[in-house]
Order: sequence, then C-alpha cells, then structure tokens
Amino acid sequence: MNIEVMGIAVLWTFLYGYLIVASIDFGAGFFSYYSYRTGKEHLVQNMIKRYLSPVWEVTNVFLIFFIVGIVGFFPDTAYYYGTALLLPGSVAILLLAIRGSYYAFSTYGARSSKVYIFLYGATGLLIPASLSTVLTISEGGFIEIIGGKVVFLYERLFVSPYSWSVVLLAIVSVLYISAMFLTFYAAKARDNPALEIVRKWALTWSGPTIICSVIVFYAIDLHNPDHFQKMLEHSWMFVLSFVFFLGAVYLVWRKKYYGLSFIFVMCQFAFAFYGYGAAHIPYLLYPYLTMYEHFTNRTMGISMIVAFIAGLLLLVPSLVLLMRLFLFNAKYVQGR
Amino acid sequence: MFEYDPVIYSRALMTLTFVFHIIFATVGVGVPVMIALAEWTGIRRNDPHYTLMARRWTRGYVISVAVGVVTGTALGLQINLLWPNFMRIAGQAIGLPMFLEIFAFFFEAIFLGIYMYTWGRFKPIVHFLFIIPVVIGASASALFITLVNSFMNAPQGFEFVNGIIGNVEPLSIMFNPASSTKVSHVLVSAYLTSAFILAAIAAYALLRGKNHIYYKKALKMTLFAALVFAFSTFLIGDLSGKYLSKYQPEKLAAGEWHFDTSRQAPLIVGGILTDNNEIKYALKLPFALSVLAHGNPNAEVLGLNDFPADEIPPLWIHYTFDAMVVIGMYLTLIPLLFLLVYLLRKGNPYSKLMLWAIVVGGPLAMFAIEYGWIYAEVGRQPWILRGYMKTPEGATTSEHVDVLFYVFVVLYAVLGITCIRVITKMFKSNPTEDELEAIESEGGFK
Repeated sequence: MNIEVMGIAVLWTFLYGYLIVASIDFGAGFFSYYSYRTGKEHLVQNMIKRYLSPVWEVTNVFLIFFIVGIVGFFPDTAYYYGTALLLPGSVAILLLAIRGSYYAFSTYGARSSKVYIFLYGATGLLIPASLSTVLTISEGGFIEIIGGKVVFLYERLFVSPYSWSVVLLAIVSVLYISAMFLTFYAAKARDNPALEIVRKWALTWSGPTIICSVIVFYAIDLHNPDHFQKMLEHSWMFVLSFVFFLGAVYLVWRKKYYGLSFIFVMCQFAFAFYGYGAAHIPYLLYPYLTMYEHFTNRTMGISMIVAFIAGLLLLVPSLVLLMRLFLFNAKYVQGR
Repeated sequence: MFEYDPVIYSRALMTLTFVFHIIFATVGVGVPVMIALAEWTGIRRNDPHYTLMARRWTRGYVISVAVGVVTGTALGLQINLLWPNFMRIAGQAIGLPMFLEIFAFFFEAIFLGIYMYTWGRFKPIVHFLFIIPVVIGASASALFITLVNSFMNAPQGFEFVNGIIGNVEPLSIMFNPASSTKVSHVLVSAYLTSAFILAAIAAYALLRGKNHIYYKKALKMTLFAALVFAFSTFLIGDLSGKYLSKYQPEKLAAGEWHFDTSRQAPLIVGGILTDNNEIKYALKLPFALSVLAHGNPNAEVLGLNDFPADEIPPLWIHYTFDAMVVIGMYLTLIPLLFLLVYLLRKGNPYSKLMLWAIVVGGPLAMFAIEYGWIYAEVGRQPWILRGYMKTPEGATTSEHVDVLFYVFVVLYAVLGITCIRVITKMFKSNPTEDELEAIESEGGFK
C-alpha cells in the first residue's frame, strides 16, 4: 500500500469513528430533550447520562484528530477548505462549543436547567447538519477560484438538492444510530422500561435512514456523475451495507441479540462510508485537490504514520479499558 | 469602526480565542498535578482531608476542562479557517507535533473519564494510578503544542524553496532552539498558576471565617508547591532571556526598549515611552540586561536600531514583560513569606493581610500567564513564521471575519460567566463542612 493511501485510510477511519461515537452522542442529546418534553425523562435520562458522562470528551477528540490529520497529511486542504469554510466552520465551532460546555455544566454542575437540556438537544441535530456540508463541498461545484482567490458559492449550496439530501441523511442517521445503540445499552442494563422506548425510536428511524440513503445515492448522480459511476463500481459494498441494515432491524424487531444488531449497524455504515470514500479517491476536493498531488512531503508523511501506529499502541489498550469499565461492565451500566 | 481588513480581524479573533483558551488550558495542565499531589498525600498520610481535597478539585476541574476542550476545538479549527495560507505552507512542517498533541489529549480524555467515575471502585492506590496518565497527557499536550509555537519562533529543519517547505527533518523541527525554554516555562508556570489559584481559594475560605483544619492543610500544601514552581519559573525565565538574546534579539530589545547596541546594558523597569522614543519615569537597573541576556555584566546586547524598521515588534510589549516579571516576583515572595512565618513560628501565617495577599495572587498569576503569552506572541511580529513569512501573508482573504469576531466575543463572554456561576454554585450548594462531617461519621473513605 502506498503512503498516500495509508494516510487517507487513517483519516477516513477516524472520520468513521467520529461518525459512530458522535452520532450516539448527538442523538442521545436530542432524545434526552425529547424524553424531557414528553415527560419520560425519568425512564431514559439516567441511562443516557451513565453512558455519556465518562466518554463525551473522547468523542470530541475523534473530530480534532481528523482535522489535524487531514491538514498534516494534505496541507493544501487547509488552504482550500479553510478559506471556503470560514462561515460554516465557525458555525460548527459555535455549536460544538455551546453543546460541549452546556453538557458539562448540566451533568457535573449543581443542577440541570431546562435551557441547558434544550441547547444540548438542539445542537445535537444542528451540528451533524453543519458538518455534513463539508462532505457536500468535497463533491465539487461549490468552490471556484476567481482571480486567484478561493470563493465559496453560498447560494449554490443553499439551492442544491444534493446538499439538502445529505443534511437530511445526516440528521436521520444520527437518530437511527443513536437509538440503535441506546437499545443495546438499555438491554445490557436490563432496563426494560427504557428499552421499550428506545427500541421504538430505533425502529421508527430505520425507515427514514434507508430512504434518505437511497435519495443521496441518486442525488450524487445528478450532482457529480463521475463519482456516481465510480460508486457503481463498488456497488457490492452498498449492497452489503443494505444487507446489514436488514439484519440489524430484523434483530431489534424480533427483540433479540441487541449487541449483534449494533455491530450490524456499525457494519452497515462502515460499508456505505468506505464505499463512498473509495469511490471519492483520488479527489479530496473535486476537481482541485487530489490525494496524490497534494500529499505532504514524504518525510513528514512517514513520520506521521509512525506516530500514528505508536499512538494506537497506547490508545487501543486505554480505550479497551474505558469500554470494559463503563460500556461492558454490567454493574456500572445497571447503575449499581 | 475600521475599514474591513481580514488580517486585522483574523488577528483579533485568534487573540480572543487564544486569550480565553489559555485560562482553561493553564488550569487544565496544572490542576491534575495538584490533584495527584493531594490524593497521594491522602494515601501516604492516611488522611481523608487530602483525599477530599482531590475529589473537590476534580469536580471543579471537570467544568473548566469542558470549556478548555471546546475552546481548544475552536482553536484547532480556527487556525485553518483564519490562517489558511500559513497552514498550507507550514502544514508541511508542523503536522507531526500537532498530530502528537491530539494523541496526548486523547490519552488524557480517556483517563480523566476513568478517574472521575471510579472513586470507590478500586483500592485507593489503584485509583490514584489513574490520575497519572491524566497528568502525563495534559502536560504532554502542552509540550507538543508549545513545540509548534517554538517552531514558529525559531524555524529550522527544512528548506524553503519557492514558497514551499521541503527536505524536512521532523525531529529538528520539533527540537529547535526555542523549544526547551519555551516548553519548560509553559509547564512550570501553568503548575505555579494552578497551585496559586487553589491556594487563593483556600485562603478565601479562611477569610470568610471557615476555620476547619482542612483549609489550612490545603493552603500549606498549595503554597509549598507554588514556591517550588515559582523558583523554577524564575530560573527558566532567566534562561529564556538568554535564548532570546541569541535567537530573537529583536524581541528582547523591543521588550526592554534597548535602542542602541551596547555593553553593560541596563534593564528598564516600568516607565513610559514618548512619541520620539524617549524613556521617562523608568527605573534603570545597571548591567541587568547584559546579565539577563548573556549572564555577564559586560556583554554586548543588540539594540533595535540594528534591525530593519519593518522587522521590529511593537514597543508596547515592554509593559506586558514588566507586568509578567513583577507578578512572578510577587508569586515567589508571598509563599516564601508564608512558609517562613509558619516554619519559624513568628507571627500569624493566617493573618488577614497574608490571606488577602494570597487571594490576590490567584488572579494575578493568571494575568501573568496572559501577559507572558502576549509578550511572546506580539514580540515575534511582524513574523508569523520568523524570518520566513510575515503575518499578513498567512491570513485568510475571506470576508465576514469581522462579524465572526463579534459573535465569538459574545460566545466567550457567555461561556465564561456561566462557567464561573456553575462552579461557584456547585461548591456553595455542597460545602466542604458537610462532606467532612459525612466522612467523619463514616470513619473515613471506604
């Protein structure tokens, strides 16, 4: 495998990691607020809190990792995306800042306030929407070089059916992933009243998720036919993704093997996400940036990959410890 | 207000985020050290008061970590959004240390979660071990990010051809002439500031008439730590002066209003500068600048007149340098005085005056951190990458940076105020006395 492919694989894996852990987090925020509005907070909020409190910081790291990594491996992305994304990027910073701090204020602070819960829930849906615009922009057509300056075409993004379909997919899949995870977690905690509620949420959001996925698939064809053609070459990955989706929903519907069902959800998104990514190669920003022409100098690239491997040797055992203590510890999840 | 200039607003917004972030970053680096110290003392002396100290500090710490994380995320994104032209060039060189910083932060984040939620789940000594990775992670992330900043001050380890960085040597980039003094100064001053803030809290409680031994123990421990860190900060500060004279003489000269290259250079303390560069009302310490710069009263110190006029930093940084040094002295003297009075048993170490002096030291320490950073950062103007790239060349060309600046002013104001309110409320609604009583009735922690 050449070094550019390794670099992009590392980054894509972190983005995928962020997709899963952040979806759980973002969705949980929304459900937390929703349960509060519908008077069911006592049933699910404790469970949500038990999972999120020790891990929310870790979630944030995945995102920064990706951002620092992509600029490290492909410095030119900073120039193009950085110039173009000033406004949407700052909106994302704003939302992330509000969400992270108000989560801590309400969880670790003296009391939780309605305003805090609302901010936490609302930003949970707005952040995925704002972050997904980056993927939209990477398809090309929203950035132009005018007089040597990078110019971002806001109007075009706003009227593009493709961009809206991606936003929609981001939001519904956040809710779907999160509900599926909470179903698994509630079952693990043997918390039946909570399980009943979150299972219903999981099944409710599975339909919209798959519908939106299909819509996005065809929206890519309209927006960037080249990319769509390449996705067809990887069609087996999308088919597998769909099979895992069916498996996951079937298991939850039949009320069994919730753990396996969440693994299926992860596989569903992994195949779709890597399939999309593989078809995107070699473009980082269609048609301006490619991963081969805009890779960092070789020495830096190699040293970053070495650092990455060394870092993983440290992180993986730590993450396993974290999961064993909080995620797969029966006593802890049952709140004992 | 001004005519729209993305460079000015980019600098303003970056400064704003940075100034706000380092409050929390400093606490984030220093407080885990103090928590570890308290918990360890509690175990060693079998004294639940120290263990409670560690617990209570941790609770407050988490709130500040939260704000530190979100403002750190903001910085990580903003550096690309506001300085895309800089990152495009320098990204070739600083990829590794930035990447390593995130690893260190990751490590810290994992273990902070574990540490917070496993009180009582393990034997005390095992639980204590979980704070160690937090301390290491916090200090290591400060180390790596300071290496990036050192590189911007003393770039080396690459070739610069046609505006592109090539032929890089990652290790020589990270370990440049500025790194050792910068990193150690950043770390030790963060420990100092955190220790002083915790001391100020204990002193404030004593002033409010709470006279439980718990506060006195907290005060003694934090002030003793503060004294050690203050001395180290001073020593390293002196080494930083020698580094500057060798590698960034224009920063030292601007900070000291040293215009003509000369031997036996005096150090200028205080004073003001008139429009035609005359120094008034200042105290001149003979030979001191030569000693600071070279450790030799007869050594020659380069003056500002020997530099091209467009490569000289703004001269007002003199004030921030002085403020930092004066506060540094204050932070050394107060704990020294306290411990002398305490150890020699002459006079009352808990006198009102002493306690107030300690309370004032907490915020002052944070101001010193800000002043020090302003001196370091403004002192390398007009360069963003000293000797290679000037700041305006690195900035974004986008519109709307001005609007964002105001938006972020509001955001940070709201975050800062809420953070203070939440922390005060948290400790007020659960006073130490109640927790102490609970511990004593149960016969210590289980």
